This record gives sequence, structure tokens and C-alpha cells, in this order.
Amino acid sequence: MTTAILVSILMTLVAASTPILLAALGELVAEKAGVLNLGVEGMMLCGAVAGFAVAFSSGSTTLGLLAALLAGVAAAMVFAVLALSLNANQVATGLALTIFGIGASSLIGAGFVGRTIPRLGPIFPAGLSEHPWLRAIFGHDILVYLSLALIIGVGYFLRRTRSGLILRAVGENDASAHAIGYPVIAIRYAAVAFGGALAGLGGAYFSLALTPMWAERLTAGRGWIALALVVFSAWKPGRLLVGAYLFGAVMTLELQAKAAGVNWLAPEVLAMTPYLATIAVLTMMSIGRRTGRLDAPACLGKPFSAT
Amino acid sequence: MLEWRRRREPSTLMLWLSPLIAIALTMLLGMIVFTAMGYDGCHAVESIFLTPFLEPQRWADIGVKAAPLVMIALGLAIGFRANVWNIGAEGQYIMGAIAGTGVALLTYEMTGWWILPAMVLAGILGGMAWAAIPAFLRVKLQVSEILTSLMLTYVAVQFLYYLVRGPWKDPDGFNFPQTRMFTADQTLPIMLEGSLVHLGIPAALLLAVVAWLTMEKTIAGYAVKVVGLAPAAARHGGFSAGRTTWATLLLSGALAGLAGLFEAAGPFGQLTPQFPVGYGFTAIIVAFLGRLHPLGIVFGGIVLAGTYVGGEIAQSTVRLPQAATGLFQALLLFMLLATDVLVRWRIAFKWRAA
Repeated sequence: MTTAILVSILMTLVAASTPILLAALGELVAEKAGVLNLGVEGMMLCGAVAGFAVAFSSGSTTLGLLAALLAGVAAAMVFAVLALSLNANQVATGLALTIFGIGASSLIGAGFVGRTIPRLGPIFPAGLSEHPWLRAIFGHDILVYLSLALIIGVGYFLRRTRSGLILRAVGENDASAHAIGYPVIAIRYAAVAFGGALAGLGGAYFSLALTPMWAERLTAGRGWIALALVVFSAWKPGRLLVGAYLFGAVMTLELQAKAAGVNWLAPEVLAMTPYLATIAVLTMMSIGRRTGRLDAPACLGKPFSAT
Repeated sequence: MLEWRRRREPSTLMLWLSPLIAIALTMLLGMIVFTAMGYDGCHAVESIFLTPFLEPQRWADIGVKAAPLVMIALGLAIGFRANVWNIGAEGQYIMGAIAGTGVALLTYEMTGWWILPAMVLAGILGGMAWAAIPAFLRVKLQVSEILTSLMLTYVAVQFLYYLVRGPWKDPDGFNFPQTRMFTADQTLPIMLEGSLVHLGIPAALLLAVVAWLTMEKTIAGYAVKVVGLAPAAARHGGFSAGRTTWATLLLSGALAGLAGLFEAAGPFGQLTPQFPVGYGFTAIIVAFLGRLHPLGIVFGGIVLAGTYVGGEIAQSTVRLPQAATGLFQALLLFMLLATDVLVRWRIAFKWRAA
């Protein structure tokens, strides 16, 4: 009995953590290359609506995921053209991308309100994925395993490969990287595209896996929490994993408290917790490091032009 | 062949022309996008960008919607100039309205000329208090004000829901989640008989002039510009970045709170869950369209207010969904950021020798 409850809590926790983990990991790579893309929430919404629309019309969640990925990349490219090629202010461009994502997703999604699609299911056979306790390991969908694999992959890429070193160099000292002969802008385009792809998938997690039903602004600020998580992680993938699952735990608590009918706390107060937790975490991070340096890439958010 | 050439000096002409180019490009792009989506793109653009300004009976509505946008954008723009990114104006707007409503509910059975000023004061303080949190965290602990101010918006929305569904619910309201209607002493005076034109409109214009004079003619305005443009020089000159952060965040919070109170005590006349309509976010676009200049912001506020009014027109004329307004506003911000490049670069025609 208790195992069943623990397993079900764990499943909720994993499901709540995965979309922010995906989006935050993509943003981490973009920021490592020196680009601050505040449009995560917008890219997630683009992915969510594209994923839902394609999954609904084609009947295939796989095609839906692919569409979400491409929509995220497309949104990221709009950001890249403005912020990297035209040297527009990165903060303002990221905000514009979020406002765009909100508008575009509610416009496209207007035709899908209330429609449902089959949920993104577990990838292992029923014998494993529906086993009373083995499902804690084998009962997840493909994006959960992908997100965990990507944590290891990105960590390895950044720390152990030559390309990863170049990407970090571009983020730490763009002028030197340029002088050595690395294509700073091209590398940043690639990093931003990767961020867009993962944000798109993270957004699709809401519309395809969590609640396979379209609702406006269904990401509810998780893109912004992902941005905060990157700061929390001190730009290290391993810590990002810990942070995302901590946030997943906070959100699971919120859901469990609601389900258990906790009535000494208003539901609105419970709904505030992820946002308050984000502020608390950012604050504690800063108190923990009185040096004033948060290990941010040195060129984060600064425009670069070769001429 | 077209070629980009860097200008020796930023172009003053382009500085003021680029917002107009951006509007023109947004109209063109909007026409293409909405035609591609199967709507009547030409009429959609006409309804959103032209009809509101061509029909005088819409002007009052434009003014009512422009007033909060201008007020919020004035504060934000001053912050943006100092590189302080308060993107949580929506939250400060809500908290201003909540604080003012608190006074209204306390004075429900009283009458007197002092009630509305007390509500205005509470609104200003409410917005300021909400902006003080990111200011404190930024100055004392170097926490990014971008993330904290935005997170606090979500908290403010939930707080509003809590109040209107719980302790502040109208006891005679058939259990609807909304507060009591404000009394006559608690609502803004109407400036134009038989319309919605309230005190907020002249107030917004006055504030724009005050902001302009402050930015151009005072040391404080100068300090804001120096801190934003050259932080090192500002330190050298004795302008404190911390003090500027505090001042700009409190100011933008105060103006957002005031706008929220005016909206609650004006068009709404009560608080409901539908109160937050995103003016705090749209004001960011207004600030950029106005080139962060107080008088430009009045122009920007009128244009964006027009898109709200026009969006409603387009809903009935070409059956455009309400969300289309938001998309047009986002496209406009994209185009503004893109045309900004014309200020520093120019396009040269070069005939390549064959």
C-alpha cells in the first residue's frame, strides 16, 4: 500500500520536473555560449501548441514531438536573427519572444480548446511499465529518459569535448574566440537553436504528456522558472538535475496538498508556492555566494559584432 | 547589391523614423500572416490599425486604454534607461489596485472628499511595496530583478484570486468572485459627460510631461542615463547604481500601482478575477515604441491602445480571435527591435562590376 503511494508520488514528481529540466538544459547551453534568451516561456508555448496541433491532426504523438521541436527551433531563430545578427538588446528580444509565444499559441490553440488527444505513453512494455513498483523505473515516457540522457550528454559535451570547450570559450570571451578564428555568431546560433529545440519539447510535455488537452498559457510561467534554475545550477548540468527535481518536489507537494484536501491553506496560496520558491532559491543562492559572482559566463547577454 | 554600412554617428532621423517603419512593417507582415491563416488579412489590419483612429466615437475608448499603458510605460522606460529591467509591472499594477481597494472596502460606509485621495495614495504605496522586493533583492543580494519581478506577478495574480474569492467577496454578490462596487466617493470623476473618459487620462498626460522634464532638466534624470549608458563613469562621477536601482524600481512600481488603482476605481469600479488584462506587459512594448522617451511613450500608448480597440473591432468585422491582438503587439515589438538596426547602420546600394 505504502509502496503504491510512494511510487505514484515519484511518478508525479518526475512528470512535474521533466519539462522544466528540458527547457532549463537548453537554456543552459545557450547561456554557456553567452546568449541570454529570456524567451524560454514563449518557445515552450510555441512547442506546446505545435505539438498539440500536429498530434491532433495526424494522430501521432511522435510527429507531435517533432513538430514541437521544430517550432521551438523556429521561435529561437527569430530571437537569433534579432539578437545575434541585428544586435538587438537580448533582454528586450527575449521578452518579445515570450509575448509572441503567448499570442501565437492562444491564436493557433483557439481552435483546439477542449479537444483531447491520446497521452504520450510509457515506452517500455506493459509488463515493466505497469508493474506495481518496477514502473517507478520503467513507467515513464520517452521525454523523461531523453532528458536524463541529455543531462549526461550535455555535461560530457561541455566538459570533455573540444566543441564544448569552444562553445564555452565563445561564452566566456567572445573577442578572443573570434580572434583565434572561431565563428562566434554561428556557434551562438547553434546554441540558441539547441535551446529552442529543448524548450519546444519541454512545452510539448505539457500538451502531450501532462494534460493531453489544449488550454491557454498551459505552461504557467514554467519557462521563467527554468531560467531561474539555470542560475541556481551555477551553469552545471548536474546541479540543474537536482534543481529541477527539487522544483518538481515543490509542485508535487502542491498537487498532493490539493488532492488531500488541505483546507487550512487556500488553494491560491498553494498555487503561489513554485514562484515563491523560485525567489527564495535565487535569494539563497546569492546569500551563499557573497562574492557577487554567480559563475555566469562572462559574456552572458552582451552583444558581439565582429567589425 | 545591398550592403550594410555602419554609420559614423547614430542617425537622429532614423531614431524617430524607425518606430513608424516598424508600424508599417507590422501592418504588412500582419496582413500576410493573417491572410495565410485564412482570415481577411487586409481588413484585419485596417480594423486594428486604422479604424480606431478614423472613427471619432472610438477615441474615448482609446484614451481610457492608453492612460494605464502610458503611466506604466513612463516608469518602465526610466528603469530601462538605467538598465533596470522591471518586467513585473503587471504585478505592481495588481497590487496597487488591491491596496486601493482595501481602502475602499474600509471606507465603504463613509463619505467624504478624502476617500479617493486616500485610495490613490494606497495604490501608489501598494505598487511601490511590490517593486521594493526586487529592488531590495537586487541591490542587497544581486538577485536578478528580471526574474523576481516577474515571479511576483504570478504571486500577485493568485493573491487577487484569493481576495475576491475569499475575504473580499461581495456579501450581496450572489457568490460571484468579486468585491463590492465602489461608491461615488470611491470612483474617479468622469471628465467628459456620458463617456468613460476619467481623471486618469489627463493625469497620464501630466505625468508624461513631468517625466520628460525630470529626465531632461534634473540631475536625477541625468544620473539615470549615465548609470545606464556608462556604469563605470557613473561610479566615478559619484552616481550610485544601487540608489538608481532603488529609485527607478520604486518609481515604476508607484506608477504601475497608480495605474492599477485608476483602472479599479475607473472602468472596473470593483475588483474581479478578470482585472489583470496584461497592461503591465503591453506597457513594455509602449516604452520601446516610444523610444523610452516620455513624449514618445504618449504616442506609443495611443498606438497600442488603438490595437486593443481595433482588436475588438476586428472580432466583429473579420471574426479575428481576441488573441490576434496580442500577436500583432508582439510582431510590433519584433519589428521595433529589428528596425533599431537602421539607427546605427545604413543600407547602401552597390553595383558590382560584372
